[in-house]
Amino acid sequence: MPKSRGKRKREEQPAVRRPRPFWSGLIAFGLVSIPVNLYPASRTSRHTLRMLGPDGHPLTRRYFCPEEGKELTRDEIVRGYEVAEGRFVLVSDDELEALEPEKSQEIDLKRFVPLGEIDPAYFERPYFLAPAKGAAKAYRLLARAMEEGERAGVATVVMRGKEYLIAIIGEGGLLRAQVLRFEEELRSPEEIGLPEPAQADTKRIQAIRAAVGELTQEQLDSGWLVDREQERLVQLVERKLSSGEGVVASAAAAAQEDEEEAAPFVDLMQLLKESLQGEGISDEGAPQDDTALERQSRADLYEMARELDIPGRSSMNKDQLLEALRRRR
Amino acid sequence: MAARAIWKGVISMPGVSVPVKVFSARNDRSVHFRLLHETDKVPVKQELVDPETDEVVPYDEVQRGFTTDDGDVVVLTGEELEELEPEASRDIDVVAFLPPGEIDHRWYSRPYYLGPDGKPDEYWALVHALENTEEEGLARWTMRKKEYVGALRLHRGYPMLITLRNAADIIPLEAIELPEGPQLDERELAMAHQLIGMLEASFDPGGFRDEYRDRVLELVERKAQGEEAPAAPKRRKPKKTDDLSEALQASLERIRA
Repeated sequence: MPKSRGKRKREEQPAVRRPRPFWSGLIAFGLVSIPVNLYPASRTSRHTLRMLGPDGHPLTRRYFCPEEGKELTRDEIVRGYEVAEGRFVLVSDDELEALEPEKSQEIDLKRFVPLGEIDPAYFERPYFLAPAKGAAKAYRLLARAMEEGERAGVATVVMRGKEYLIAIIGEGGLLRAQVLRFEEELRSPEEIGLPEPAQADTKRIQAIRAAVGELTQEQLDSGWLVDREQERLVQLVERKLSSGEGVVASAAAAAQEDEEEAAPFVDLMQLLKESLQGEGISDEGAPQDDTALERQSRADLYEMARELDIPGRSSMNKDQLLEALRRRR
Repeated sequence: MAARAIWKGVISMPGVSVPVKVFSARNDRSVHFRLLHETDKVPVKQELVDPETDEVVPYDEVQRGFTTDDGDVVVLTGEELEELEPEASRDIDVVAFLPPGEIDHRWYSRPYYLGPDGKPDEYWALVHALENTEEEGLARWTMRKKEYVGALRLHRGYPMLITLRNAADIIPLEAIELPEGPQLDERELAMAHQLIGMLEASFDPGGFRDEYRDRVLELVERKAQGEEAPAAPKRRKPKKTDDLSEALQASLERIRA
């Protein structure tokens, strides 16, 4: 990846932390191959709350064998798929890698579709594509031709042990990659059981249309997209910081804890998550962390369990629901 | 079997209120693995541990802390966190309607279908009103103690809310260096347009399949029956980009042939 950055960096822009490429490979456009790096175009900007012990020490997650009660190291943990209650088939990294298609390093653009035809319900997660060294000319050509033609290239590609459906879009001289949901990942109105379309009173339709007309604006006010919850959290923290109340660790102590956080266990979890649970692109914003989960009532947890179709949920107490939901992550 | 609603709300705009049931439109198809202890094949248990003492801390003794940019940790009590929670409300407030394209692709996150919850006449009036507009609604609501902003639009003839990412969660275009170079060759650009035109298709998501997932499940099935995993296929070496004009020309000829 190119080291020389900042040519276009604008003075008034806050320093942008360069993201790590999520994937590197080739775009095949006919017989033209364009080496590219794929970067995430979204991130989680929210400050996540950390779990602390009773004396304020940041906690780390470790794994234990419930049978033997002993703590496990990374080497002692394997990945298993449950084929029947309590019966697992072990699957190794090598075996998964062997399943990757021959051309796994390639996004083969064989179909170009009108950009406006892709329903936003399919958009899952945004990425950028940057040209690798020496690829700028072909990259610029493809970006420009797609942008002018208002076409998006659609293809599937296996990245980090998961297959993705992606649309490649030219915008402002750059190529964006938008990960799309596969058809089977989006339920149909029939699957939901929504009722058959029915007629409605013309006067009511007109009244609603009038309301729509009144609310119509030319431009989106980006103020709507500000995370207000996050703002409230930061305000609370600032109040507490200025009063000195509840501040438990200095910068040095926290840095040390960060190293603890980066211990092999965290790596392993990341590795496993990235390999097949599709966590690499899971939607942010869902009540994902345990903190958020624990603050839910049993009724809310039950509702989530129902959404995930967790068996035996109706007889579970709050702790059991928490446990089951955590396992499904 | 019909899906069950995850929440109930009321679409609200001036003079309009439509009670709706909210259904997740997503279908989780990921292959879920469990972490097992290698020797006894028992699913592992996660515990929270104080790294200084190596002691397990039970969940009910866990406190929450906010780490500042300076590295200070501020402890937040359960009471304080509760006070931060948004006020519960059933309203899905439609605050604006916007021309198509105003909502950036990158903001769209999770889709939810809306079904009628009583007052079917109002529900269908809303559907028919949205049918004849190009505009997308912008709505705000609080669901399960979390605030959301979403796009209100029709999907396959039914109202849908698609949650939107916060502005701060989108990495600006400036993060990627714009590739520079001499002006593009007009002839090459014309060939690129031609190639795109020849590969033109309608967007048909059903035409693509997650084949890798199928293969993973097949592997698991075979192994469950005691069969060996197949040998790894050979990876094909990527081709080098040669002369751009030649490659474009050859691509066009190959498709025409």
